[in-house]
Amino acid sequence: MSETLKIGFFVTCLVDAMRPSIALASIKLLESAGCDVTVPSAQVCCGQPAFNNGDIDTAKNIARQVIDVFEQYDFLVAPSASCLGMIKVHYPELFQDEPHYLEKVEKLSNKCYEILTFLHDVLKIEISARFDSTVTYHDSCSGLRELGIESQPRQLLNKVKGLKLKEMKDTDICCGFGGTFCVKYPDISTSLVSDKVKNIIDVDAKVVLAGDLGCLMNIAGRCQREGKAVRFYHTVEVLAGMAAEYPAIGEKWS
Amino acid sequence: MQPHSKQFKSNVTKALADPELQKSLFTVKKGLVENRAKAISLVSDFELLREKAKQIKQHTLSQLDYYLEEFETNFTAQGGQLHWAKDASEAQQIIVGICHKHNAKTVVKGKSMAGEEISINEALEAAGIEPIETDLGEYIVQLANEPPSHIIVPCVHKTRAQIIELFAKHHKKYGYDKPLTEVEELVLQVREIMRSKFLNADIGITGANFLVAETGTSVIVTNEGNGDLCSTLPKVHIVTAGLEKIVPTLNDVSMLSRLLARSATGQESTAYTTFATGPQRSDDQDGPEEMHIVLIDNGRTDLLNSELSEMLRCIRCGACINHCPVYGSVGGHAYGWVYPGPMGAVLTPAIIGLEEAGDLPNACTLNGRCETVCPVKIPLPKLLRLLRVRQFKERKGSMIWRGGIQLWGKLASYPVVYHFLVNIGIRLLSFLGAKKGRFNKLLLARSWTQSRDFPSPQGSTFHSQWKKYKKDHHG
Repeated sequence: MSETLKIGFFVTCLVDAMRPSIALASIKLLESAGCDVTVPSAQVCCGQPAFNNGDIDTAKNIARQVIDVFEQYDFLVAPSASCLGMIKVHYPELFQDEPHYLEKVEKLSNKCYEILTFLHDVLKIEISARFDSTVTYHDSCSGLRELGIESQPRQLLNKVKGLKLKEMKDTDICCGFGGTFCVKYPDISTSLVSDKVKNIIDVDAKVVLAGDLGCLMNIAGRCQREGKAVRFYHTVEVLAGMAAEYPAIGEKWS
Repeated sequence: MQPHSKQFKSNVTKALADPELQKSLFTVKKGLVENRAKAISLVSDFELLREKAKQIKQHTLSQLDYYLEEFETNFTAQGGQLHWAKDASEAQQIIVGICHKHNAKTVVKGKSMAGEEISINEALEAAGIEPIETDLGEYIVQLANEPPSHIIVPCVHKTRAQIIELFAKHHKKYGYDKPLTEVEELVLQVREIMRSKFLNADIGITGANFLVAETGTSVIVTNEGNGDLCSTLPKVHIVTAGLEKIVPTLNDVSMLSRLLARSATGQESTAYTTFATGPQRSDDQDGPEEMHIVLIDNGRTDLLNSELSEMLRCIRCGACINHCPVYGSVGGHAYGWVYPGPMGAVLTPAIIGLEEAGDLPNACTLNGRCETVCPVKIPLPKLLRLLRVRQFKERKGSMIWRGGIQLWGKLASYPVVYHFLVNIGIRLLSFLGAKKGRFNKLLLARSWTQSRDFPSPQGSTFHSQWKKYKKDHHG
């Protein structure tokens, strides 16, 4: 890349609150590839919780905020396929009845990327990290089906020294998170996530990686409740070589 | 049937605690999914077929009035009698009326979801007419006095042991004393019992997979051949079908059939595909003396004129159901009416109303697996979301969630305030959780922590750390 790419980094509300290290790892990777990363402070959320709960007005208000803040950058990059799916796929749906604004929405939709695809497809980044462990990768549904993310994270992970990637069964089946679904229908959610935990244990992975913190919190939470010793990280934390600097999800600082 | 979708949550609790059901659901989750995958892998242009099928159905819907009239003209020209039923009770009256006219005592039935939708068995029984289900799965649920739990495999919730017990109990009266264990023996027994039922029935009722406008033909696909017998042996054949079963041409049927069986059971085609065009003609070897088709609206016209119209493309293959993780954990009865899974979560509230079935469009993770397997590319997650929008607009959802989302939305429009408040909350939570790194009980997240630990936040929010990070790393 000859020109410096100006990246507007969309933190996502979950990463902002629960696990800032995911954003720090993403930014480290982006900067190491020569990108100029800005994190606009006038960002909160993508609006997906409102969108998925039928509150279109709130979803649109939040979407407008994101669109107006991020249109000035070459790319919007976010460490979540779920939020990115909202921006890339559902924002244009939201503004179908506003043709003037829609042009702006589609422009943003065309230049926004989920972090792992951006690192792999656009930056074609070199990975120098080392992670000595057997890991399995969890595909988030929005990544897999809304954005077609499947090979990119696996190819990136295969470049990490010491890392052995093992595929679990039923990678295309939901972990039961589903945003507000997991607290609206906790019994069904628990049934789904228990199946996922079983597949993780069956493949004998020591670490689970994924590109969405929502799925990770859900699966880690169930795994830990079942007393299973598996660790959970966002993929970028491993790629940036930062996994050792932070306790895994749901674990304490030693 | 009387809907009990309102009790969705308690239905779910019951279903999850039923070990026999959980065992049975494995057939759907694994068997049907793998069969489909194998079948479509052998078709080189499956994606193209899906697109074509979508176009055929969409085109038909866009001119449904035209094709319905064309069908009526051609079916009537073949000597058939067409009846229009605006709702379930009208459909019941028409069918019971035909039965009474012929002094019918018994009716043999092929599998029909439209029949389930209009509760035809209950209506016949109330009129003193005995309905006999002849599809093996439907026969089993009829013996068990249960509704079907799947639109393709109605008795999928039943284990073999349960079926053996049912047969032992109900087949004594036919002189079968020895309890059977092998599938072949069980099937043979039903076959023997069924034979005389077919021969003695006054009327046969079937559903329809397609109604062909250009020829006035009604088409059914079956694997047991029972549909053939229902439609040819009795003197009168009645077809119950929803308006959306219309397709323009026989070519369209052959095209859609290629998708239907593969998507449903993973077969290249079903064992039988039966074409019925009017009653017996003078030079026909067999066939009924009268053929009636009851075309059922039951909310379909409203659906066609709504934001959910794409749902009418559905060809009832059940692929969305088989691939739905929610159906895979709770089974079909939890949905509380005729149609389960993703297609049911759209159709049920669309037909019986959101007051009755408000949970169904919400009980979905929006994982989208259903949409990727739908042979007519119905955007099921989008339709489920649109139902949530309707629910929100009509104030039919939970008021607590409604208020919560709106409050949070307000807060989100003031980023400075939002970041300030969230940082305080997060720092407090991370202070409380630091010792263990996670919570196994959280007052405000009990639905989460009832079955999962909740991780402690890392410390302060990212936005509050960002300035410091910038300074440290860039001077």
